[in-house]
Amino acid sequence: MNGTPLTPSLRQQAYASEFFHHAMGKLLISCGPMDRRGRRTVFALAIVAVAAFAAWLHQLSRGLSVTAMGDYFSWGVYIVDFVFFIGISMAGTLISAILRLSNAPWRQPITRMAEGITVCALLVAAPMIIIDMGRPDRILFTIIHGRLQSPILWDVLSLSTYLAGSLLYLYLPLVPDLALMRDQGDRFPSWAHRFYKVASLGWQGTEAQRHHLEKGIAVMAIAIIPVAVSIHTVTAWLFGLTLRPGWHSTIIGPDFVVGAIYSGVAAVITFMAIFRHVFRLGRYIEPIHFQKLGMILMASGLVYAYFTVNELIGGIYAKELGDRPLLTSIFSGKYAIEFWGMGVIGLLLPMLILMVKRLRTLAGIVTASVLVNIGMWIMRFLIVVPTLAAPYMPVPGMPGHRLTYAPTWVEWTITAGAFAAFGLLYILFSRLFPVISIWELVEEHQAEAGHGEEAHV
Amino acid sequence: MGREGGNQEVKEARDPESGLSRRQILQRIMGLGAAGAMAGAAGEVGLTSLLGMGCSHGQAGKGKTVVALTPDGKLVQGDSNQFVPVKLPPSNPDARKGVPGRRWIMVIDLSRCDGCGECMTACSKMHFVPPSRQWIKVLRMPGTGDEGAPFYFPQPCYHCDNPPCTKVCPVDATFKREDGIVLIDNERCIGCRFCMAACPYSARSFNWGAPEDPPEAEARGYSPEWGYPRKTGTVEKCDFCPDMAAKGILPPCTSHCPMGAIYYGDENEGTVSNGAGETVNLRNLLRKGGAYRHMEELGTEPRVYYLPPRNPKYKAPDEAGGGA
Repeated sequence: MNGTPLTPSLRQQAYASEFFHHAMGKLLISCGPMDRRGRRTVFALAIVAVAAFAAWLHQLSRGLSVTAMGDYFSWGVYIVDFVFFIGISMAGTLISAILRLSNAPWRQPITRMAEGITVCALLVAAPMIIIDMGRPDRILFTIIHGRLQSPILWDVLSLSTYLAGSLLYLYLPLVPDLALMRDQGDRFPSWAHRFYKVASLGWQGTEAQRHHLEKGIAVMAIAIIPVAVSIHTVTAWLFGLTLRPGWHSTIIGPDFVVGAIYSGVAAVITFMAIFRHVFRLGRYIEPIHFQKLGMILMASGLVYAYFTVNELIGGIYAKELGDRPLLTSIFSGKYAIEFWGMGVIGLLLPMLILMVKRLRTLAGIVTASVLVNIGMWIMRFLIVVPTLAAPYMPVPGMPGHRLTYAPTWVEWTITAGAFAAFGLLYILFSRLFPVISIWELVEEHQAEAGHGEEAHV
Repeated sequence: MGREGGNQEVKEARDPESGLSRRQILQRIMGLGAAGAMAGAAGEVGLTSLLGMGCSHGQAGKGKTVVALTPDGKLVQGDSNQFVPVKLPPSNPDARKGVPGRRWIMVIDLSRCDGCGECMTACSKMHFVPPSRQWIKVLRMPGTGDEGAPFYFPQPCYHCDNPPCTKVCPVDATFKREDGIVLIDNERCIGCRFCMAACPYSARSFNWGAPEDPPEAEARGYSPEWGYPRKTGTVEKCDFCPDMAAKGILPPCTSHCPMGAIYYGDENEGTVSNGAGETVNLRNLLRKGGAYRHMEELGTEPRVYYLPPRNPKYKAPDEAGGGA
């Protein structure tokens, strides 16, 4: 999908080539019957998700008192999960929109995977807010009585816009592939066949249709970027607009955007590795993709480290009174293990792996990405919790005022359920659609081959 | 207020029996102003005692004539036997607006506070606050530098004029009234707890589980002006007792402070009263006492002023046991 469009004759060649048939055979495996390993994975994830749902029902009946939150730790891991999944959602926009606009041809086989991560992450993030609410039954009050002055409303608006935009941006390039699947005859069950028929919107690949599609994708690629920046910035402002040490910071918006790119790229690399391994897609997802994304991961990690230093250096140097208890708690106090652990797991080790050429192998890059994923969850925890542990007013030593926050089994179960739901949603996505865009892959391949032939002539 | 029959409207500007002008009677009956606030210090003034004030100039004994004010602002008189106390409606429809023309304010004299905690007890009793939380906290603060001794620090909600909490509320469940008071409507609150995260003074509490309010709390019916009966999953805090203030009654923290450390009143009126029966000029009190507001540099503009603990009248809290 870049450079010169194919001539109709070349396109005909493309869809008759061996490459196309191989792709159709290979890339639709995930949509075919599931093997035993796949069924086991789904079963395990479903158990965790059901357990989390049961835990949530328990929480609904007893109130939030089943969590470890209290009047000082008024937010906990639910908000951490929310911020984490919002961060992950940056993946799709970065890969398919930013890389599209910067004309990076190698991005092609991974765009759909990345967009899928965006949609699934948003679908997990949004319910975390409802789970965190004391009165989920009053969710519609945010519309009926919504106050635009509240950053929560900004988040609601931004998140719903981003979700709608991401769904559209995922869907548009899917249409030709849905038509390909529709034309597969009885390879898919009849319900799926009907689904593909409706969803492909009568795509025949005519010049007019292609023109509209190209234009739609181009518009969405540009439109989705400011929306993506807004969702991460507004999420940061939930913290940044308060008068709390550690939150009330000018850099927190950009910090969340870069942190989102960092964790989003790490998520894409992780999923690429899983799909490459499980469905043996080595021919399409090549080491170069890992290398290129590894570079972006390193760059965003360095910027994130730089922002984090900026975030902290003022408090360290000026020693403002209000910042001191917070900084003490993360440097040497009760959150020191998390803070230095995040530094090593989330920044130092991944940067080391990505910077040293000998370590920057496929396995190395994937390892770095997994470390970044873990580190960024801890980082989100460090953003939310230590500030609440260091209020301006002294905590009176009265019963019921918890002085530490140790999440309960309900909170951990729901957190595990969020990850399981994310996995299940992604599996569902890969069951319904090819995770690599077939038509774009095939036409790109043909275009390259065509150029090659022309060069020979 | 008056029963039908037996009452006749007072149309004259001057009450024939007491010889007071209509305005003077109104002031007495409403019990507003500093005098009323002091009278209220003894406890809640029901309508029975209001009636008592109205007939203070009449003869004692059965069948005396009393003057009363009707809801539409007319003065009526009738036989005292004919009057019964009226139960007020449970919820003030103007709870979101506040008392027109008033700007409620509090001044806490730290040199008088001996940390006895009577304010907490009285407040919790009146608002049925569960023991795990306090609407007004008495914190033990460390002294500053070599000269400052540790001191006690009563902390209610500051009802800030630039409230960080109301700004962030997504559904207008917590709001600032014209009379300066910040309230919470627990029939609106969605329990997101953004206001708690936003309040730099940690003044807010959350009903994490099912509340255990006594039947009396249930019986009164809910209004944001008193904050009970509580509801699961909603936020609560000190409400500055607006229902009592409107009637000229001091909040229980103020009226029950044996040291008279807490003053409450109307900024527009310019006087504040404490539980020791003193009513003082607000401006003089603030100026002479070197008043400050807690963490004023945050710009929240609290409506609660502190007089620093200079030459404290009571022993400082034990340094070893000091909080914070």
